[in-house]
Amino acid sequence: MSALINEVKGKKQKYDVGSWLVPIISVLAAMLVASLLMLLQGLDPVLAYNSLFTAAFGSSEGIAATLGKATPLVLSGLAVTLGLRAGLFNIGVQGQLLSGALASAWAGYALTNLPPFIHVSVALGFGFFFGALVGAIAGYLKAFRGVHEVITTIMLNSIVMGIVDYLASHPFKEPDQALTRTPQIIESVRLPMFGLLPSGFFVAVFLACAMWWILGYTTTGFRFNSVGRNRFAAWYAGISYKRTIFFAMLFSGGIAGLGGAVETLGITYRFEPAFNLGLGFDGITIALLGRVHPIGIIPGAILIGGMRAGAANMQFDAGVAPELVDLLLAMILLFVTAPLISRFFKNSSNRSLTGGWGN
Amino acid sequence: MSALLEVTGVTKRYPGVVANDNISLTVNAGEVVALLGENGAGKSTLLKAVFGLVKPDSGEIKIGGTPIVFGDTAGVIARGVGMVHQHFQLVPVMTVTENIILGGEPKRGLFINKKAARDEILALSKRYGLEVDPDAVIEDLPVGMQQRVEILKALRKDVKLLILDEPTAVLTPQEIDELLEVIRNLAKSGVGIVLITHKLHEVMAVADRVVVLRGGKLVGATSPKETDEAGLAQMMVGRSVVLQVNRTEAKRGAVVLEVKGLQVLDDRKLLMVKGVDLSLHSGEILGVAGVEGNGQRELVEAICGMRNRESGEVLLKGVPTKNLNPHAVHEAGISHVPEDREKHGLISTYSIADNLILNQFDQAPFAKGWIRDLSAIAKNAVETVAKFDIRTPSAFNTASSLSGGNKQKVVVARELSEDLPVLIAAQPTRGVDVGSIEFIHNQLIAARDKGAAVMLVSAELDEILSLSDRIAVMSGGKIVAVLDSKGADRNYIGRLMAGLKE
Repeated sequence: MSALINEVKGKKQKYDVGSWLVPIISVLAAMLVASLLMLLQGLDPVLAYNSLFTAAFGSSEGIAATLGKATPLVLSGLAVTLGLRAGLFNIGVQGQLLSGALASAWAGYALTNLPPFIHVSVALGFGFFFGALVGAIAGYLKAFRGVHEVITTIMLNSIVMGIVDYLASHPFKEPDQALTRTPQIIESVRLPMFGLLPSGFFVAVFLACAMWWILGYTTTGFRFNSVGRNRFAAWYAGISYKRTIFFAMLFSGGIAGLGGAVETLGITYRFEPAFNLGLGFDGITIALLGRVHPIGIIPGAILIGGMRAGAANMQFDAGVAPELVDLLLAMILLFVTAPLISRFFKNSSNRSLTGGWGN
Repeated sequence: MSALLEVTGVTKRYPGVVANDNISLTVNAGEVVALLGENGAGKSTLLKAVFGLVKPDSGEIKIGGTPIVFGDTAGVIARGVGMVHQHFQLVPVMTVTENIILGGEPKRGLFINKKAARDEILALSKRYGLEVDPDAVIEDLPVGMQQRVEILKALRKDVKLLILDEPTAVLTPQEIDELLEVIRNLAKSGVGIVLITHKLHEVMAVADRVVVLRGGKLVGATSPKETDEAGLAQMMVGRSVVLQVNRTEAKRGAVVLEVKGLQVLDDRKLLMVKGVDLSLHSGEILGVAGVEGNGQRELVEAICGMRNRESGEVLLKGVPTKNLNPHAVHEAGISHVPEDREKHGLISTYSIADNLILNQFDQAPFAKGWIRDLSAIAKNAVETVAKFDIRTPSAFNTASSLSGGNKQKVVVARELSEDLPVLIAAQPTRGVDVGSIEFIHNQLIAARDKGAAVMLVSAELDEILSLSDRIAVMSGGKIVAVLDSKGADRNYIGRLMAGLKE
């Protein structure tokens, strides 16, 4: 018996070590593979990484830019995380985020008679609401019609992109302007900077902490986790699968929409379709890099935000195309998802983080 | 000529359980051998060993006279062993022909020779008397026909030994008759057949020989000529573990739970519980005996709100309980140890502590309003782990780290923790080690002595006999008799279970 107990203990320890090392090693492995590619092109990987990370983290302007990039990424990572906790793979963060970004931009330029504090709240609320609306459609279809969320969220991405393109190029378009974009939001609704920190970043970190607390310490969090882990046992224990799935998707979409709103109100000051591309999809990488843990999302988002912020500098200094960052992110995603690295640690419980999305 | 399959002294141990204990059996060409045994008797381990998927600790398995090599599943299949699984391995959107030729398509150049394939299927179906429409799409076919396609798929690979895993579990009575006819014809044509089932009349109808497994041991080898259904039933549920349970006379109180005219459908939408009336008194254990598949599972699930009640009602202290809402039924006062603990009883990636409060997670003292009280949960966990002797280094390890017996203790502990007036325990000791069995039995008796009305459903007749105060025998979806357990005759009960009147 004691041998058995020791074995169990041993497994648990190994799992803990593995679970923290996997994301770190994934990033390093991705960088290594990217270095080889740079060497093949005759470029200097040391110089490239040096300039990438110096630009991102080496100066106060760099850090400010990095955190600015990281802010919506934290929120899109949280949106994906909330879905995964309830056993849902929300691929539609991109669409939910666009919908929130446009809604808050409209609130930001069209509503001009509100006191600043209320105006900001309303604009953020618009972002949340319209993101949640898109998420809720997928949630409804999954919970009450049995349509797989991966299918619906991918399709909703295309639908939302079409709608926001139309809105930004016709009814909400900036007058006398060739580009497809809305007017700028008014001065008083813009999210201020606190030194190096965009105030949206505080919103994002606050939400991450709130989600960590809710998932870990409240009955609502217990419901989400239970449905994600074993929906039959959850049903047996009195947790409504349909309700939980619906609200998980709704809030996931809402958080994504808030990500779009924070980007609009704090960084871009208007909606322009090209501004937000990829933020939602980076959220998937970040959620997995952060081990589907709300607090783990923050360093993940800062790292990827830094890579996005420093990409231009890397091209300037080392001649490496900024698309290398996309390649890095894709490889990080591959390494964290594939059980390759966790198997290396003989991780006994090979629970896939995206488990359940194929059901 | 050597036997098709020759298993000699195969033993396989898993931690805490002997899945196969010195099992020997042979199957010859042209004979039907029924492998009989309840779930957990060791049938699947034995089959896995035959296919080289499990390495026996000792013993030997020969196919056509040559020993098999562990891990060489392809080699086993190449030597003509085929299996029809309980869950079909068919592509629903493809035609019968396409499914059968899948993996060995007749080709013409780069393309599949569809005509040759179709002709081959027609010839095959004619040769074995298994009529199918080669152009029908699988998902449009009834289940019995799909199974026929599975059998043809196996036969196309020149199968000499065909293993059918509970083939009738999904079939309607007419389809079952047809299948039994098919089995007879196949045997006549020289195929050796292993039929895994727990339906006795099928065994009697079609088998040449019967091998009975129980608790990993081969407990009997006989033939339908030498025995009858009652004899088989007794072998299946016979004296597996000598259970010594000390219990006092029941202090039987008032009726707590009443089941009236309950009718329930099974997964095939066939009527499985055909009008059951039962009353359960406080302070007694009512054992429900029966060979598996006679409606016990559906009865329990319907009472506990997990399966739709077609008609009839379940009254708790005179108040009707809700249909299809397990939590409401629990709240009303019926606790339930579910038959499938991995699916319904536990969230295996949660800690033991969380599993112990799974159906009370939003109630005091484990939650104060919206916030879970982690220290109350921890305190409960530490106390319960000690009280129920759950063997684990920590109450915060995941439930998946526990052995089967300890997992079951977690479920039993949780269901007993609230002292609800009714406890329904479905197969509470299945797949559980002997030590845990004893512990769980004592807990059931303790609950009874505290005044709970306990319903125990078990496939082990000995468990029923040693624990119950009254015994209800279920057969063919009906309660055929309710007996006082004092002086109950196991032979008589065996005959009742087999559906015989006297």
